[in-house]
Amino acid sequence: MTAYTATVTVRLKRGVLDPEAETTQQALERLGFELSDLRSADRFEVDLEAADADEAADRAGEMAERLLANPTIHDYDVAVAER
Amino acid sequence: MTVAVVQFGGSNCDRDAVRALAHLGVDAERVWHEDGLPADTEGIVLPGGFSYGDYLRAGAMAARAPIMKEVREAAADGVPVIGVCNGAQIGAESGLTAGAFTTNASARFQCEPVHLRVERADTPWTAAYDEGDVIEVPIAHGEGRFEIDEAAHADLVAEGRVLFRYCDADGNVTDAANPNGSTDNVAGVLGERETVAVLMPHPERATLPDLGRSTDGAGILQAFA
Repeated sequence: MTAYTATVTVRLKRGVLDPEAETTQQALERLGFELSDLRSADRFEVDLEAADADEAADRAGEMAERLLANPTIHDYDVAVAER
Repeated sequence: MTVAVVQFGGSNCDRDAVRALAHLGVDAERVWHEDGLPADTEGIVLPGGFSYGDYLRAGAMAARAPIMKEVREAAADGVPVIGVCNGAQIGAESGLTAGAFTTNASARFQCEPVHLRVERADTPWTAAYDEGDVIEVPIAHGEGRFEIDEAAHADLVAEGRVLFRYCDADGNVTDAANPNGSTDNVAGVLGERETVAVLMPHPERATLPDLGRSTDGAGILQAFA
């Protein structure tokens, strides 16, 4: 078994309104920053032991499917690195 | 009939629901989620509140609590189930109904009376009304914007599973009357069975005559009477 960190990034699907991101963008613009757009995402770093990177990614993907993301509104991706 | 009002850590409308149901002559009791559903459960309310502090997403944690498996099984057996506000978020998260409830377009918590148009009057939840009736029921939520992908929304409409839409006092479904940016002004939907429904507005806050400006919500809870 090898120790991995699986990073699961959950973001709203393109086209789904993100009021929090819009509010954040407006606040940045009030501070004088110039930006074209801003998107927010949730990142989960999951430490786990697995036989190989594929297994670690599969398990983290299942975590996203079953809890971390809501498939109605979210997309997600998984990146795995040895810890 | 004994109605189980399922209480999660952070539920806060459970007592209101029991009181409103008692006012309608319905035997209801609060049930702590870890205790499971009582054997004589003949109806289920998923009440409002902030279960698990809205961690991750509103309703996400409670939807995965073991009792929700029992709730889904009961719903599949025809036991009437209604999710209100946080209960609606839990119901959607657990797959009892289609779509999702997420951050209001305003990005603010909104607590205000709204008007709803009754889109179906032939369900247990709306038997007290006529189709097209306008009722006034309050909302109190930060994550009530109904989101659903286009294909699933088309199915929802085609199958007549939109139960309530936000409207103005005259029943017009307009953007101005949509408090949270919900897709198609949807405020409440039916599940696969008409005995399962979720809605963001609070019928239990518009049932007791002394409580507020409207008792229009009583008709919804009369499904359990």
